[in-house]
Amino acid sequence: MKHKTFFWFILPTFLAMLIFIFLPLISIFLQSIHTPHENVLMTVENCDPFGCKKVTSIDHDAINDLKKTEPLGKFVGLDIYFDRGHLAIENVKMLWKKDNNFFQFIKALSDLPFYKAIFFTLTFTFTVTPIMLVLGFLIALSVNTISKKLRGIIIFFSLLPMIVTPLIGSIILFWMIDSRGIIGNLIQWLLSDPDLSLKASTSLTWIMLIVYGVWHAIPFSFIVFYAGLQTVPKDQLESAKIDGANKFEEVIYIIIPHLMPLITFVALMQLMDNFRVFEPIVGFSAEAHATSLSWIIFNDLGGETRQLSAAATSSILTIIGVIILLSPVLLRTWKDFKFKK
Amino acid sequence: MSNKSIFAVLILILAAGGIYYFSQDKIDVAVKGTGECTIDARVSIVGNEFPAIQTVGAGAKECTGAEVKTNLTADHQKINVAGMSNDPAEYTSAIVANTSIVALLNDDLIRPLDDLVKKHGTKLKKNQLITINGKVMAVAFMANAQHLVYRKDVLDKLNISVPKTYEEMLEAAKKIRESGLAKNPIGGAYKAGWNLAQEFNNMFIGYGGKHFKGNSAEPNVNSDAGIKALMMMKSLSDFMNPDFLTHDSNATNAEFRAGNVILMNMWGSRAATLTDADGVSEAVKNGMDIAGPMTVGSGSIPASTLFWDGWTVAKNISDAEAESTFIALMNAIDPSIIKDENIRKQAVWLLDGYTPTDAARGVFAAAEMKTTPYPMLPYAGLMHSAIGAELADFMQGKENAEKTLSDIEDAYRAAAKEKGFL
Repeated sequence: MKHKTFFWFILPTFLAMLIFIFLPLISIFLQSIHTPHENVLMTVENCDPFGCKKVTSIDHDAINDLKKTEPLGKFVGLDIYFDRGHLAIENVKMLWKKDNNFFQFIKALSDLPFYKAIFFTLTFTFTVTPIMLVLGFLIALSVNTISKKLRGIIIFFSLLPMIVTPLIGSIILFWMIDSRGIIGNLIQWLLSDPDLSLKASTSLTWIMLIVYGVWHAIPFSFIVFYAGLQTVPKDQLESAKIDGANKFEEVIYIIIPHLMPLITFVALMQLMDNFRVFEPIVGFSAEAHATSLSWIIFNDLGGETRQLSAAATSSILTIIGVIILLSPVLLRTWKDFKFKK
Repeated sequence: MSNKSIFAVLILILAAGGIYYFSQDKIDVAVKGTGECTIDARVSIVGNEFPAIQTVGAGAKECTGAEVKTNLTADHQKINVAGMSNDPAEYTSAIVANTSIVALLNDDLIRPLDDLVKKHGTKLKKNQLITINGKVMAVAFMANAQHLVYRKDVLDKLNISVPKTYEEMLEAAKKIRESGLAKNPIGGAYKAGWNLAQEFNNMFIGYGGKHFKGNSAEPNVNSDAGIKALMMMKSLSDFMNPDFLTHDSNATNAEFRAGNVILMNMWGSRAATLTDADGVSEAVKNGMDIAGPMTVGSGSIPASTLFWDGWTVAKNISDAEAESTFIALMNAIDPSIIKDENIRKQAVWLLDGYTPTDAARGVFAAAEMKTTPYPMLPYAGLMHSAIGAELADFMQGKENAEKTLSDIEDAYRAAAKEKGFL
C-alpha cells in the first residue's frame, strides 16, 4: 500500500484512538500523581431528628479559592503508587526484614490489598488462558469432524456462554452453587459432606471463578480455531496420510503449526482479558476471597468515598501489568517483523 | 460453516447486545398527575429504591407544569456525586441518608435551604430540618435503624425469652441448634464490604467504642472495644449459614422467609414488607415478630445505629429549578400521604400526624433506647470502606483481631491521607 493511501486509511482509527484512548490515559496519569487539597476542617453544630451535637465538617470557604486556582489538586509525585493501597513499599520492606521464610513473606504480602489482587489476577490469568486454549482447540477439532448438517446448531449452542452477559452468567451460576442450590447440593451429596460450602472457602472460590472464566472464554477460542481449521490445506493432510501419519501426528505436525498465528492471537487477547477479570468477582460476591485490579478500581470509585487518585493509580498499574504480560509476545512479533524486512 | 450461518450468528450477537443495551435504559417518562402542585422548571431526582423512597419519587411526579424525572436505584451513591458535580447539574435533588449526605457535603454540591423553607416549607416540623452550622442542608422524612427480627413461634416452643442482648442471642441460638429446629438460626447481613462494616460499627458502638480520636480524623478502632466487637461477630457467625460473607440484607431476608433463620438484626425499613413474598410458609408469616435493638457487653447503648433519610437540593442549578425541586418534594412528603395505610407502614415517617404501625416498633425502641446516630463526619465513609475491606480476613479465621484492626487503621490512613484529611 502506498504511504499516502495508508495514511488516509488509518486516519479515522488513529484519531479515535487519540481522542478516546490516549488523551484519557494522560488525564488518568495526571490524576494519579495528584491528590485532593488538604481539607480545612471546622467544628460545627449539626441538628437532625435525633438531636443536636458538635461535629467536624469541611470548611469550603477556606479551600474553594485554592480549588479554583489548582483544580487538579496537590502534586504528590509517585506517593500514591507507593502507599499501602498500591505498591506498599514501606510495608513490603518491613515484611522482607521480618520474615526469613519466603513462603511466610508471600503470605504476609497477600494481606496487602494490591498484592492480594495481583496474586488472584495472575493465578486466574495463567490457569484460564492455557485451559481455554486447549479445550477450545479440542472442541474445534471435534466439531470439525461431525456431520455438516448438525454443525450449525452445535456451533450456536457452543457460543452461548459468550452470548450470555458475563454478569448474568455469573449470577445464575452463583445461585446454582449456593449450598442450597442445585450444584452446591450435588457436590455435598457426592462428597457426603453436608457442611461443604463453595462460597465459604477461599480455594474453592478461586476454583469456581477459574471454572467460570474457562466456561465463559472457551467459545471465543473455539470459534477462532474452528475458522482456522477450515483453511488447513487438504493436500498437506493427504500427503501426511500417505506417509503414514496417524490423526495425532497430523494435529501435532500440520494443524498446530498452521494455526500458530491464531493461537498467538487468542492467547494475547485472553491474557489481556483475563488480567482484567472483574464481572465474576461481582457476580459471585467473591470479594471476601478474591479481588482483582479492576475490582479495586471499581471499589475505589464507588460508594461514599470516591478515591479518584487511588483508582487512577490502580488503572495505570493495570496498564503496566498488561504491558509486562504481553511483552514477550510483542517482542517476538517485533523481531518477526524486522526479520521479514 | 457457510457465510449465511456466520452472518446469522453475527446478527444474533448484535441483537442480544441491542436487547441488553435497551433493557438497561432506565430513564423514566414524566407522568402528568392531577395533584395541586405546579412547577415551572425541571426536576430530576436520584435516590435509593426501597418502598418509602418510591413513594416520595411518585409524589414528586404528581407535579405539573414542567418535567419531573426520577432515577431510583440501589446504586444511587455511585452516581449522585458525579450527577451533581457539573454546572448545570443533571440531578436537581438527591435523596440521601446521614451516611450518604457526607459525600455531597464534602464536595460542596448541595445548597442551603433556609430561604426555601421560609417560603414553601412552613408545614415542616423542626426535627425534620437537618442543619449544619445553622444552615438547613436537607429535609428528613423518615427514620431507620437495625433491630431484632425473630420467630416468636420457635422461641415460644423452646421456652426462650426474646433476647435483649447479643449474649442472650447466642444462648438462644445454641438452644435452637440443639433442638434441631434450625441448623444455622442466626442471620445477619455480613456480606464483605459495606454490610459487614455496618455490623462492625453497630457492635463497636455497642461496646462503647469511638471510631476517631477526639475531634480529629485519627482512627481509633484498634482498641479493646474493637477486639470485643470482632470476637462477638465471630461467635455469632458460628451460628450463621457458612456462606454469610456473601449475604447482604436481601439474601438474609430470603433465608428468614425460607424459615432457615430464626433470629436476625435487620433494617426497620424492610420489616413491614419482609414476609410479603410468594411461597412464604404460614409458620414464618404468623411467627415473625420484631423487637428493639440488642445491647452487648452489658452496655446501655444498643449495638445499632440510627439513620434518617431525607432529600437535598443541588447547588449547581438555577434558582428556579431549585424552587421547583423544593415544591415538588414538599408535595411528595405532604403529611396527607400517610393517610394511606400501605404508605404509613412503609417507614417510620417523621411527618406531622404519623402514628407508628406495628412494623415501626423496632425503630421506635431504637430511638427510645438512645441509639447512636450514624456519625456525619467527612471521613466516616473512608473508615467504613476500610473496615469493609479488611474485616473479611478475620471472619474467615485468616488472621487475629489485633492484626485486622491495625490493618483497618493502616488502610484508613492511606485513604484519608490521599483525600487530604490526615
